[in-house]
Amino acid sequence: MTPELMEAGARARSASRGRLVQAGVVDTRHGAILYLDDVTVSFDGFKALNALSLSISAGELRCIIGPNGAGKTTMMDVITGKTRPDAGRAHFGSTIDLLRLRENEIASIGIGRKFQKPTVFEQLTVFENLELALKADRGVRASMFFRLNGEQADRIGAMLALIHLKDSAQRVAGLLSHGQKQWLEIGMLLMQDPKLLLLDEPVAGMTDEETERTAELFLSLEGSHSLVVVEHDMKFIGELTQNGRNGKKVTVLHEGSVLAEGLLSDVQANEKVVEVYLGR
Amino acid sequence: MSAVLPTPARAAGPSTARLSPKAWSGVLAALVAVLVLAPLLNLAVPQGHPLHLSDYAVSLIGKIMCYAICALAMDLIWGYTGILSLGHGLFFALGGYAMGMYLMRQIGRDGNYQSDLPDFMVFLDWKALPWHWAFSDSFVATLLLVVLVPGLLAFVFGFFAFRSRIKGVYFSIITQAMTYAAMLLFFRNETGFGGNNGFTDFKRILGTPIATPAMRMTLFVLTGLALVGFFVLARALVRSKFGRVLQAIRDAESRVMFTGYDPLRYKLCIWVISAVMCGIAGALYVPQVGIINPGEMSPAASIEIAIWAAVGGRGTLVGPIVGAFFVNGAKSWFTQAFPEFWLYFLGALFIAVTLFLPQGIVGLARRLRGAVAGSEKKSEVKA
Repeated sequence: MTPELMEAGARARSASRGRLVQAGVVDTRHGAILYLDDVTVSFDGFKALNALSLSISAGELRCIIGPNGAGKTTMMDVITGKTRPDAGRAHFGSTIDLLRLRENEIASIGIGRKFQKPTVFEQLTVFENLELALKADRGVRASMFFRLNGEQADRIGAMLALIHLKDSAQRVAGLLSHGQKQWLEIGMLLMQDPKLLLLDEPVAGMTDEETERTAELFLSLEGSHSLVVVEHDMKFIGELTQNGRNGKKVTVLHEGSVLAEGLLSDVQANEKVVEVYLGR
Repeated sequence: MSAVLPTPARAAGPSTARLSPKAWSGVLAALVAVLVLAPLLNLAVPQGHPLHLSDYAVSLIGKIMCYAICALAMDLIWGYTGILSLGHGLFFALGGYAMGMYLMRQIGRDGNYQSDLPDFMVFLDWKALPWHWAFSDSFVATLLLVVLVPGLLAFVFGFFAFRSRIKGVYFSIITQAMTYAAMLLFFRNETGFGGNNGFTDFKRILGTPIATPAMRMTLFVLTGLALVGFFVLARALVRSKFGRVLQAIRDAESRVMFTGYDPLRYKLCIWVISAVMCGIAGALYVPQVGIINPGEMSPAASIEIAIWAAVGGRGTLVGPIVGAFFVNGAKSWFTQAFPEFWLYFLGALFIAVTLFLPQGIVGLARRLRGAVAGSEKKSEVKA
């Protein structure tokens, strides 16, 4: 049978007969965009992740906190394909198995990641950094003959305005300040138009004003994108969870698994959390 | 620099012109020098005239232009992509050997033993051509082999190395081992490539005698055209988005991956292009120099290619060409004047360039020009 016939058949049978799994299409009809189930990662016997289970809803903004070594970065490594877990499952939507894909494939299906240390292409200009991140064919031949069209240039221009780097468009990215590099990296993520953004300490090294603007930006993305924010800065977490939509959940990681999950105020009152993290 | 400039509604992209007017005039000047000036001064101006270009100079410059193609190829993979190959001499030698086989067959029965087979095969008492000499009578097949052999080897080697994510110094060491292993293989008589003597005593190419002034000039012009052509090609590659992805891989490969690009494909592509360029350079080199032997695969030969690129200036396209001319010009002078000091000089040059001129000669020239311009208008932009 040809794929077209199968698709036509699937459409005819509609929802009552189950859905067709379409390659590369994220299926969030069950409500969740990311499922981690019993994920375990160990390095030389040390369990960086210990049967971690986590689910993020489509459009949700989830903050993840936890002391150093709690497994926050390892969790992002698993989701983005950098680290293969020893056990467990990771799904994007209900159909895409993340553990079968490589880093660049995971990025192409719509998961963007910001590193803890801002990582931009230092020898390229700010404009060129955004141009490389722009959603377009990632193939070798397509890149050789790529020409920026007007609409794409407009998108880059709009992004430059959004991340407040319009005046630095032709500067080499290596010359930006730490906070500006963070913004550029966020801008590069957004150029990819990902469905899920993983942000590892996005406001580290930013001034208070920059931090506030970042919180505003993330809140404006909520709903249209799903965001997972790992942060140490409790003030920033507070800004993210108390503004915007209500009922935003915070997850506390400890020793590779979820210690507590709930509203920030509840989590902060949780005795176990106070003991391991907030109380120090 | 900000605030003064009016901000256009549409963001201005990187320059889309593949070659700037200045670069075009440079390319044009090089073409005139190679196509008109050199033949005129060598063939038309009589010997003894102060403007006469000696045959020695023609063959020296021809040889260095082959080296310059290698340095350019090295720069694409090292300067732009950040992958240091210490095995590019192998690709050069493979191109050279492919051409050498054809030239050996062109000797015909004019060898020492007046046999149909090349002399070294008669010497080894072989009765027929080995299988891998099957295409050596055809010039067209030879041209294909010059491209395909280095290209295929680079593809297979690169695929496994890049897929295993071998990087940095480990990759360099493996490439070094690769060329060394090939050298040992080619040293053996049984391999069928003339052992440690390699191929020499060429008589003809395409049926015409090889050691005439006209043929020497023809090969010189072809080499010059190849060099200019590869320069334009490299420029187009580097200026395209493809080239910017390569530089991005050099600066932050993980970010490239998490942006959705597959670095394997990009690295493999430029690696193969670079190897093929070296192979073509080798094929142009052999008829001009008249010999190819496994010495071209020695680790030192590959390291020298990297030195040319570093001395001239990595990450610029003019740099490696300047470096190849500067180092080899110095070499041909030194090996006549103080032969025993050449290697000391080369080593000292490499150390000095690494310590004091990270951007090479071209970087120094730019810095000097920048300093002059800077003192004039006190620009705040750092180099």
